[in-house]
Amino acid sequence: MSCDNILEIRNVTKRFGGLTANADVTIGVKRGEILGLIGPNGAGKSTLFSMIAGALPATSGSLSFAGIDITAKPGTLRCKLGIARTFQVPRSFDSMTVLENVMVGGFMRTPSSQAARRAAEEMLDFVGLGGRADIPAIELTPPEKRRLEMARALATGPKLILLDEVMAGLTPSEAKAGVELVRKVRDLGVTIIMVEHVMEIVMPLVDRAVVLHLGRVLADGKPAEVVRDDRVISAYLGERHRAT
Amino acid sequence: MSNRKKQLLILAAIAVIAGLLPELVTDVYLLNVVVLTLMFAALAQSWNILGGYCGQISLGHALYFGTGAYVTSIMFTTFGVSPWVGVFAGGIFSAALALALGYPCFRLKGHYFSIATIVIAEIGLLLVHNWDAVGGALGITWPIGQDSWWTLQFARDKAPYVYLALGLFIATWLSTYWIEDSRWGFWWRAIKDSPEAAESLGVEVFRSKMAAAALSAFFTAIGGGFYAAFVSYIDPESVMSFRFSLLFALPAVLGGIGTLWGPLVGALILIPFTEITRSYMGGFGNGLDLIIYGALIIVISLVKPEGILSLFRDRAKRGARS
Repeated sequence: MSCDNILEIRNVTKRFGGLTANADVTIGVKRGEILGLIGPNGAGKSTLFSMIAGALPATSGSLSFAGIDITAKPGTLRCKLGIARTFQVPRSFDSMTVLENVMVGGFMRTPSSQAARRAAEEMLDFVGLGGRADIPAIELTPPEKRRLEMARALATGPKLILLDEVMAGLTPSEAKAGVELVRKVRDLGVTIIMVEHVMEIVMPLVDRAVVLHLGRVLADGKPAEVVRDDRVISAYLGERHRAT
Repeated sequence: MSNRKKQLLILAAIAVIAGLLPELVTDVYLLNVVVLTLMFAALAQSWNILGGYCGQISLGHALYFGTGAYVTSIMFTTFGVSPWVGVFAGGIFSAALALALGYPCFRLKGHYFSIATIVIAEIGLLLVHNWDAVGGALGITWPIGQDSWWTLQFARDKAPYVYLALGLFIATWLSTYWIEDSRWGFWWRAIKDSPEAAESLGVEVFRSKMAAAALSAFFTAIGGGFYAAFVSYIDPESVMSFRFSLLFALPAVLGGIGTLWGPLVGALILIPFTEITRSYMGGFGNGLDLIIYGALIIVISLVKPEGILSLFRDRAKRGARS
């Protein structure tokens, strides 16, 4: 594997009792790319995400980030090293205002409230929530909550950000704005791994797509190649559609 | 932050009013109620650090209160050390105790954590009960002496205790006020709302809980030491029973959990009410106040889980919108 990979996932397996959620997954993520992680429901995408972020330990295999072995490192430390994430079901801090939510991320880099507040304000402007800074986070709409999660994650100053279905449930115009935002994040120099269901959104956006199926890597390549892959088509649509 | 400056002004106004009370009120019974109200406001404020801000509901803070009361009393009666020193020794001892207990307990979540705190406090109560070196079931009586600021003994005059309790409240309030806008404060609230999200944002979850527990126990023990000096006689039941654990949590819950003013508002309602029912309905036995607390908890959690303060906030918001 080349050394310009920011994240190396090597032979990672995750078992929950008898259920194998991820089996022998090996993926290298290049610095600065947008990697799409796709696959049908239950393919093991979110489990893999949680293992990268440190919310779940891997049963076997290893993970290294920017040359550091992070297999046994807790989530807090991975965040310090530069891995940030959003959640599939947004987990905003509902007793806080929007700005305060993002400040929690900002405190990752500074113990000073003033500096964290400034960083948070910048990030809110960046994701387009600048006008909503002082309302309680609980009053945000679902698409706004996803932006909030992105602002919060970005405020920690990550090198790699994991976006877990940030486009889910968005209207076409909201999704378009979402795509713009993801591109803007990449332009900051942040490497992105995104889990997404909706192929039409992911495929034009990502540099590379990895398809997971039943916990294994089924295909790994350029989006255009991946969608033509027979195994991918049958995994998504079933055997019946393969020949057509 | 003009809003934060406004809070300081409110505190100053409350301090002036409370400080003038001994000039206006001469009735010893009423001054007693004032002392207890301020003291429980301070204790609820201390409890609020761990329970309200950090979201770790402890129902065993009587352990720290009792520890503070015992350390202060033993140091004074056995070694002649001034309670001014004793309360700080008790506070530090309790903070260390909170860290030692937090180490295993903070691996438990939600209700399991709360249950563990109840059990540990009960164990503490039993230990002290059967520990003759600290007076056992008989407790410790402070010697009767001259009125003095050094020994914190004032037999005739209750006013000094009002000032002391007020000072304690101001100290806990200012600490909360300062921490609320610091990294610790943000980390605590993040942990309360979503520990998973907090961890993903680099929050030191375990360390934050430990810090909250230590600070909370520190102030609770100082309150315990003050109470021992105030009543001049302590026994296990009178400083470490479960009733106290409830009385620290309830004002905060009633007024507004995790808010700056909730504990004071709750204490202003609850403590005078408690004292009055105790003096007028003492004949019904000891359990009555516990029944009332239980009923209060049910009513609050059903009708207004955010506490009384939120009523005013809602009204202000509605007024601003219309």
